[in-house]
Amino acid sequence: MGQTLTEKIFSRKANHPVKAGDLVIAEVDMAMGQDGTTPLALRSFQEMGTDRVLHPERIVFVIDHNAPSPLEAVSALHDVMRDFASRHGIRLFDAGCGVCHELMVGQGLVVPGDLVVGADSHTCTYGALGVFSTGVGSTELAAVMVTGKLWFKVPETVRVIMDGTLSPGVFSKDIMLHLASRKGADWATYQVLEFSGPVVDKLGVEERLTITNMVVEMGAKAGLIAPDEKTLKWLEGRAKRQYESLQPDPDATYAETVEVDCSSLAPQVALPHRVDTVTSIEDLPTVPIQQAFLGTCTNGRAQDIEIAAKILKGHTVHPQVRFIVAPASQDIMVQALRKGWIETLVRANAIVVPPGCGPCVGTHQGIPGDGWNVISTANRNFKGRMGNSKAFIYLASPATVAASAVAGEISDPREYFQ
Amino acid sequence: MELKGKAHVFGDDINTDYIISGKYKFKTLDMDELGKHVMEDLDPDFSSKVEPGDFLVAGMNFGCGSSREQAPRALLASGIQIVLARSFARIFFRNAINCGLVVMECDTEGIETGDEMTADLTTGEIKNLTHAFTRQAQPLPDVMIRILQEGGLVEYIKKYGTFQEI
Repeated sequence: MGQTLTEKIFSRKANHPVKAGDLVIAEVDMAMGQDGTTPLALRSFQEMGTDRVLHPERIVFVIDHNAPSPLEAVSALHDVMRDFASRHGIRLFDAGCGVCHELMVGQGLVVPGDLVVGADSHTCTYGALGVFSTGVGSTELAAVMVTGKLWFKVPETVRVIMDGTLSPGVFSKDIMLHLASRKGADWATYQVLEFSGPVVDKLGVEERLTITNMVVEMGAKAGLIAPDEKTLKWLEGRAKRQYESLQPDPDATYAETVEVDCSSLAPQVALPHRVDTVTSIEDLPTVPIQQAFLGTCTNGRAQDIEIAAKILKGHTVHPQVRFIVAPASQDIMVQALRKGWIETLVRANAIVVPPGCGPCVGTHQGIPGDGWNVISTANRNFKGRMGNSKAFIYLASPATVAASAVAGEISDPREYFQ
Repeated sequence: MELKGKAHVFGDDINTDYIISGKYKFKTLDMDELGKHVMEDLDPDFSSKVEPGDFLVAGMNFGCGSSREQAPRALLASGIQIVLARSFARIFFRNAINCGLVVMECDTEGIETGDEMTADLTTGEIKNLTHAFTRQAQPLPDVMIRILQEGGLVEYIKKYGTFQEI
């Protein structure tokens, strides 16, 4: 019987054929921790009574959530990570390098067919490259550091076919907000979402990463896109290891097949405080905004910054709005500088902050005031998410966020794409 | 093993930011400190209402959102010993077991704040003593029961050195 891509990856990592529902102990190819989760992992590691990291070359630490440090206490936690990494020969990306997920894919640290875990829920992002990647907790990261392995229940797969053609001004972010709205925030709990269809084929790797980044907002354990020519080309000169480009079998068993017609889709906006309460932009009443944010592991990549720069060109940010831009990595920042996008944005009064998570997690670099409406390219708009439970967070594509920053209210970006 | 305590009831989709806000979790590893701020965006007085051993009861998708293990650990530190929900987000579910916080999936309809509850981990039987009804929880996979029996994943790895075949 045919296997899904997930079953193929787990069969290789568990060294025997597996099917959905099986419990397995599997070898982990890479494990990642960021500064919000690694200090606790290191404490658990110590409590496990060993000082040996089995495969230090398979571990990556990233300081991105609170970077550079805004507080003494945080600086001390960062030092704990640095000391441990240097003692054990673990690769650490320090403050300013970028968002952990962008670094894992952008630096070629994960390759198709890998099984990857990360102590961050958006570890699912790497699925756009055909990697089975999923979020774990701090103690599980510590267990992987000690044993090189972890236990998993092989999840069943839901196939999502994206049909039609996206209209100008509509992006992969809009499809995922629409899907969240249609299916709900707990739709795919314990399952994998595997994306295919003409729209996925046409999207570049950057926009595909936005798709797999968002699957955890629907409860999914992972999101997968089978590698194609574009994936392989993107990995050229980037991939740090050899890999095998696995594909699902044509007769694989799926739990469900969902079709999404993307042709009729308008820009989508998630309303406070839920990612699955979504409306088409035409149906949204006037919403004045006080802050706009472009960045994060969802939408802080070069293409996203380019779109914002194109929209801001010849305009300025509305005087009532703080428009914060956080490129997702140094490479993206440098590309945006060379192309002149950063200059356009800064001249238009945008605030460019260092590569990293920026204000997404609510610790620094743009905590909204009471009653503020914020439009953000992030993946979460929970109450209090950006550090103030009295603020209201709307989620949208980079184009919608940039158009809104200019207008001072949530605005349809399609006028910029005619 | 039977747990007994008073219920504190919340709704669907209680995310990890509500359980413990990101603004606290980055600052400290002191779980007793984090325990004081558990659920405060939904109920500012929550931590002062909890007595050691109490039950947190919720609807669908409890613990959705981030992978922060501070969420189950801070709940434990606040005095909560078990979470009953109709469904859980998977990372939270694993994290809870790994930290020794009991989580059980069952129909939670009809349970009210203040109800006296019991839960039997072996049989999965949940009783509401105040309103006199019984519910059956989903059994946990063996690997999770073993981790819970050892008192969490740290103790499990300390004892066995690696994962035992399943």
